[in-house]
Formats: sequence, C-alpha cells, structure tokens
Amino acid sequence: MPTTETASVLSLRSATLSFGDRVLWKNLNLELRAGEFLAVLGPNGTGKTSLLKTILGQQRLTSGTIELLGAPVTRGSREIGYIPQQKMLEQGTPLRARDLVAFGINGHRWGLPIGGAALRAQVDEVLASVGATEFANTPVSTLSGGEQQRVRVGQAIAGSPRVLLCDEPLLSLDLHQQRAVSDLIDEKRRELTTAVVFVTHDVNPILGMVDRVLYLAGGMFRVGTPDEVLRSEVLSYMYDTPVEVIRSRGRIIVVGAPDGYGAHDHDQHHVGGH
Amino acid sequence: MNDIWGTLFNFDNYGELLVLVQNSIYAGALLGVVGGLIGVFVMQRDLPFAVHGISELSFAGASAALLFGANVVIGSMLGSLVAAMLIGILGVRARDRNSIIAVLMPFGLGLGILFLALYPGRSANKFGLLTGQIVSVDNEQLGLLVTISVVVIIGLMIMWRPLSFASVDADVARARGLNVTAISIAFMVLLGLAVAVSIQIVGALLVLSLLVTPAAAAMRVTASPLLTPLLSVVFAVVSIVGGILLALGGGLPISPFVTTISFLIYVVCRIVGARKPRQARLTAGRPITLRS
Repeated sequence: MPTTETASVLSLRSATLSFGDRVLWKNLNLELRAGEFLAVLGPNGTGKTSLLKTILGQQRLTSGTIELLGAPVTRGSREIGYIPQQKMLEQGTPLRARDLVAFGINGHRWGLPIGGAALRAQVDEVLASVGATEFANTPVSTLSGGEQQRVRVGQAIAGSPRVLLCDEPLLSLDLHQQRAVSDLIDEKRRELTTAVVFVTHDVNPILGMVDRVLYLAGGMFRVGTPDEVLRSEVLSYMYDTPVEVIRSRGRIIVVGAPDGYGAHDHDQHHVGGH
Repeated sequence: MNDIWGTLFNFDNYGELLVLVQNSIYAGALLGVVGGLIGVFVMQRDLPFAVHGISELSFAGASAALLFGANVVIGSMLGSLVAAMLIGILGVRARDRNSIIAVLMPFGLGLGILFLALYPGRSANKFGLLTGQIVSVDNEQLGLLVTISVVVIIGLMIMWRPLSFASVDADVARARGLNVTAISIAFMVLLGLAVAVSIQIVGALLVLSLLVTPAAAAMRVTASPLLTPLLSVVFAVVSIVGGILLALGGGLPISPFVTTISFLIYVVCRIVGARKPRQARLTAGRPITLRS
C-alpha cells in the first residue's frame, strides 16, 4: 500500500494522560511524518516513557486519540522498530548477535529458529550495514554496550519498520559510542524514510539530526524545532522558575532546571573539546 | 562397608533386570529430552525456583490421587497445572513470583504429607512420589508419561522461536506485537506438564536436577542457540539413563544416582566454563557514569 512521503505516520489528537490527579500531558496534538526525527525531552517523571507505552498500546490515553498509520494503536506492531536501553544479559544466554537481528525479522513466527539461506543472507546484510559483521556470531552477553546497541539498531531496522521508537538507547554508552550509535540511527531513518521517536534526557548527542523536539515538563509540553523550544523563556515558563539555556560549541546546556536535566549536562562539561 | 557398596552397586542378574526395566529406560530417555529442552527456557526465564514450587503442588496432587485411588500421573498433572497457572498469572514480576512460590510450596508439601499419612497402602508408593520410582511405574502409566512428554516436546518445538524472543528480549518482542503474556502462560502449562512427568521419575524433591541442572551446566560452556539445548538434552538423558542403570542392581531409588550424575556434569561444566577467556565480558561490564 503506497503512502505519500508527507503522510502522517503517528498522530495524537487532544491526547491527555493522567494518573489520578497528576496530569502528565494534556491536549497534546502531534503529527509525525514519515522520515521525521522527533526527540522527546524533559526531566524524569514527565511521561516520556509513558508516551512510548501509549504508542505501543500498553498505556491507554485518559482522553483523546492516538493513531499509528491511520489506525488506532494496537498492542505492539510489526511496523514498529524498538530500540531499548542497553542492558546486561546473563552469561550463557544462548543468543548471538545474529540471532537478535533475526528476531527482528521473524521472531513472531512459530517454529524452530532454523532459517534458510535467504534469512541468513538478509541477517548478514543487516549486520554489515550496522558494522556488526565482526561480532555476528558472538554471544550478545559478551558484547560491549556500544556493540550491543549497534546490533539493536540492526534488529530494529531489519523488518523495515515505519516508526522507530528509541527508549534512551544511548544511556550507559561512552561519548564515542553515543555518536556512532546515533549516527547509525540517523542514517537508517533516512535510508528507510522511517519516522523516529527518540526518548532521551540529553539532546546533545542527537542535536544535529533532530527535526522537532517534544519537551515535557511541569504537566506541560512544547513542540517545535530545537531552536523554537530549547530557549530560556520557553523552559523558564514550563518549569515555572528561571532557567537558562546556553548554547556553546554546538551543545545545549540547561542551567537551573529543577530536575536532573541541567545537573546531568553539568557532568558532561569536560566533553567540550572535539 | 562392603554391605553398603553391595547395596549401592549390585550387578548380579543384571541382564535379566535390564530386560524388565527396558521400557522404563526408554521412558527415562524421553523424559531426559523433555527436561533438557525445557530447562533451557527455565534458565532464560529465571524460573528455577518456580519449578520447585510447582513440583510441591504436583506432589500434593499425586498423593491425593493415590489416596482416592485415582490415576497418580493425572493427579500430579492437575496439581502442577494449578501451581503453574497461579505462578504464571500472579507472578508476572520476579519479586511477586518468588513470594507466591514461597507461599505455595510449603502448603503443597503439607497437603501431600497429609494425603500420604491417610493413605493405607504400601509405603514404597508413598516415598516414591518424593524421591522417585520409575521402576515401579506400570505400563499404563508409562504410556501416559510418554504421551505427556511428546506433547511437551511438540509444544516447545512449535513455540520455540517466539518463546526464545519473548524470554530473552521481552520488551522488544512486545513492541513487535508478540503476545508475551499468552506465550508465558502457554509456557507455564508446558512446564507444569514437564514437572508432572519428572516427578514420576526423580520425585518431587529432586525435580530441579532434571529440569534445571542440565541446562545450567550447558549454559556454563556454550552460548550457541543450537548447542545449548543439544548439550542440555545430552546431559539430562545421561543423568537419567545412567541413574536408572546404576540403581537397578541395588533396588534403591534412582534419584540419588540421577542427581549425583547431573551434579557432577554441572561441576565439570563450571570448571570448563571458568577456563574460557573473559576479556569480552570485562568491556561489557563498564560502569554507568552518565547519570548524576
């Protein structure tokens, strides 16, 4: 079924999510187009992960509608590629990098995990495209964080999804790996014209590739380009306290935000020289 | 001392005995296949403790059946299915699961002991349920055990791929539209059946040696998705068949032999596994420093 490039992949209309009295976001309107890169930012507890869960059909909206590819969301979808946080697997878990990628292609199908030559070739191609050929047959439990996330990107794109959901995929990676993995995600979404929803507490590693930002704070939200949203006035209003957004050498530092966001960037000051 | 050795390892009239228990040996080998295969998923899904919990309720079911003159295999199957369902539905999160198992286990064991105490029949049958009794299983029951085993093996083969996906990578599997909850419940049913048949062989107290130890041993020496279940099956079959053969002469329960063999295999695998290079793991264990 052919769809135009500008077709809306994900659409939220008057979407509200609240838990009891606590409103995470209210009347959120958002149309995500194919190939668009959306960063979801904000301090902890503002509903970034809940937004992902809503898209995945695991969390119902309090009111409003959410549609994926023109239909109400279901519990997960083959049109979704999902990149989770890097995590450690138990030693001996019988799973190699190539098996993880293969799950992205046929993990939903019944039967024994015996693939033919065609599957093998497809997995090899994906592994090569994310630079993981070298450790294709290495158990995932022994891969480094960066290697594991490369394989994760491969797994997520292997089924040519229309939307890529990324839940803090750079967390626990060093800066070099953060750059490599985010470049890879950017490259793949351009190749496949896949829309990206990228949840992160630090926008800097992806600043150059973000089309729009959804900033969640204080029960409010702002949507727009990074230049429109990541400004002192906007964030001060949302946080209801003076916040300063400083741009320095292509990086954005938020000073004075009540929660972890500003403090986190403070930690990364030493990273300036590159 | 010689008496004890004579009882432990007695090979007089071995040939004749072997013919008598031929069917038990085949059934034992089949159960080895079941235990070895399902054990791989028990390990991946972090369910060893659940296996123990299920086996105690299975024991209660079996002893109730013994008391009321019903089919023991069916009784033990019902017991373990109830336990597996309870653990599967109430214990989605690991912490809840552990406490539910800890609550169920003594209750099941207590019930079982009560039924056995009330049972007027031969005491050999009583202890068989706790410590294993394959040689005394009659042909009709043997047929039932084989049927259940085949069901479990076929069930596992059908759901192998989505089950692996859901076991090692639940979040992604869910995002891709897999019904992880249904898969997990289906697996608990298969696990319940596997426990029910294992109890007939090694007894309720020692089921772990069949459903966990072989897979745990295999995972110490390999991480290949093909080699892990294969080795696990080999270890389980060697443990059971070896146990039956060694126990035969002395007329002792087979479980001490089965558990000892399976334990020794595990020890060897641990030693072999520890000698493998570990550099790759060190880089993977880099601490998280980015959060303030």
